[in-house]
Amino acid sequence: MSAVTVAGTQRATRNPLPLLVIWLVLLTAPYWLPLIGGYTALGTRVLVLGLAAMSLNFLLGFTGVLSFGHAAYFGLGAYGTGLALKFLTTSTPLALILGMLLGGIAGAILGALIVRRRGVYFAMVTIAFGQVFYYIAFRWNTLTGGDDGLRGFARQPLHLGALTIDIAGDQVAFYYFVLLCFALAAGAMGFLLRSPFGRTLLAIRENERRARFLGIPVEFHIWAAFTLSCFFIGLAGGLDALLNNFANPRELHYSQSGDLVIMAVMGGMRTFWGPLLGGAVFVVLQDYVSSQTENWMSFVGLLFVVVVLFFPRGLLGFLQRRGEA
Amino acid sequence: MSFLDVRNVTKAFGSLVAVRDVSLAVAKGELRAVIGPNGAGKTTFFNLISGFFPPSAGSIVFDGVDVTAMPAHRRVALGMARTFQITEVFPELTVADNVRIGAEVAAGYRLRPWLGAAERAALRRRVEEVLTLCGLTGKADRLVNELAHGDQRVAEIAMALALKPRLLLLDEPTAGMGDQETYEITQLVRRLHRDSNFTIVLIEHDMRVVFHLADRITVLDQGRLLAEGTSEEIAANEAVQAAYLGKAA
Repeated sequence: MSAVTVAGTQRATRNPLPLLVIWLVLLTAPYWLPLIGGYTALGTRVLVLGLAAMSLNFLLGFTGVLSFGHAAYFGLGAYGTGLALKFLTTSTPLALILGMLLGGIAGAILGALIVRRRGVYFAMVTIAFGQVFYYIAFRWNTLTGGDDGLRGFARQPLHLGALTIDIAGDQVAFYYFVLLCFALAAGAMGFLLRSPFGRTLLAIRENERRARFLGIPVEFHIWAAFTLSCFFIGLAGGLDALLNNFANPRELHYSQSGDLVIMAVMGGMRTFWGPLLGGAVFVVLQDYVSSQTENWMSFVGLLFVVVVLFFPRGLLGFLQRRGEA
Repeated sequence: MSFLDVRNVTKAFGSLVAVRDVSLAVAKGELRAVIGPNGAGKTTFFNLISGFFPPSAGSIVFDGVDVTAMPAHRRVALGMARTFQITEVFPELTVADNVRIGAEVAAGYRLRPWLGAAERAALRRRVEEVLTLCGLTGKADRLVNELAHGDQRVAEIAMALALKPRLLLLDEPTAGMGDQETYEITQLVRRLHRDSNFTIVLIEHDMRVVFHLADRITVLDQGRLLAEGTSEEIAANEAVQAAYLGKAA
């Protein structure tokens, strides 16, 4: 199952089937989603939040460090992209890159202050820094729109030489644009995790003391993982701003960080694709249950409790175990 | 100058002085055993050498380089590798991956996002070489936490060897082992010393192992250096006997 797990155990021969199924499902989603009562933007939202949860899990599942403030870097990506489109550029990809840089660079700077903390203290400090950005977005009315969120920008069609792709008006075209970004980011993360650098992260997750006495400067590697993770989640945030043509200060709030942790853990934090599945379950439940009752979060919470109690390896972790048995 | 030169190190934790004014000089190619009753400060002494924490006083020179204030990972880069009294491995990775991570760090690949085919082949050979040396070839693809305790301890030694160390620090390699496992690990350490010419400093409780292996023995008691000498000298030393018997009585 190593094609799916990357979790370090490469003893099983690589089975390409699960990977094939995942990409097939994602590539065809705009065609079958309407048939089962969904809509294309819902699929896009799954990709966006799935990517965010996978970025968080790069840190949580593969480096063994829990950040409870990752929503801040997601939000910085969203505001960065939104502000760039509003004031700087009409190029959607450029705005997206600027948003990603904002999230990543903020992560690099704050990460340097955080990496010496461990466990609960690490989580607390990430919350604290995250909340700083939340209040900036919430309060700086003239720039961010404050409580109302950032409006007044919209994603623009892509111009590729003579070819123009209307990702602004065509939801399906936009879905494929997001899928392309998702594929690049997921590919980069998977690639990194299979590299010698990625194995040092697994080493830190498995046993920090051993890693240190194997010659790995643990703080520096955690910082690098934190920074990379913030770049990826900044990209997800930028895509979210494009999806909604809107950036919401609540996306920086620590409760949003908690949602991302729930997605990663529910899907399976020791698996590469688990957070995507967790994100899909979360988003679909949110969409469906919230149309029935305002208390949709209690249903997500209930499901989370059930998963943690009965499938401690998460939904995908459970499926993989069954696949191996 | 000695290969490893520990000069008058002291380590105090608050008012508790765990190691007091201990010196140790190990020659290249030597196998030195550090022994002493429980609480003698052996592991603290090891932690000072390997850089777990800095000494309160004194200095440590390794192959002519003053490493006293150097962080652990840089001492590893200089060629110091250690194992722990309580096995420290990567439990949910395979034996081969445990060794491979060490080999990759030793090759200077720790920040590399990819490897070329030749580099990968060289690494694979290196991992196989270490696994063969330690007799773990048949268990390469097992997760370390699935192995028996004795094999886990051997795997930890294999990880240290993957670093191509010039000094091997083994903290009670036979801790918690049965007779057969103790014998096997003793043979492994003996091979590393005699055949592969590793310089080794080892903490050990089992006197049979110590007398069988060590060129010279350093005895610590209550944080102080009690005696140093060959096996015969130590066996005949009255202060050493008193320290051990005093503990037994």
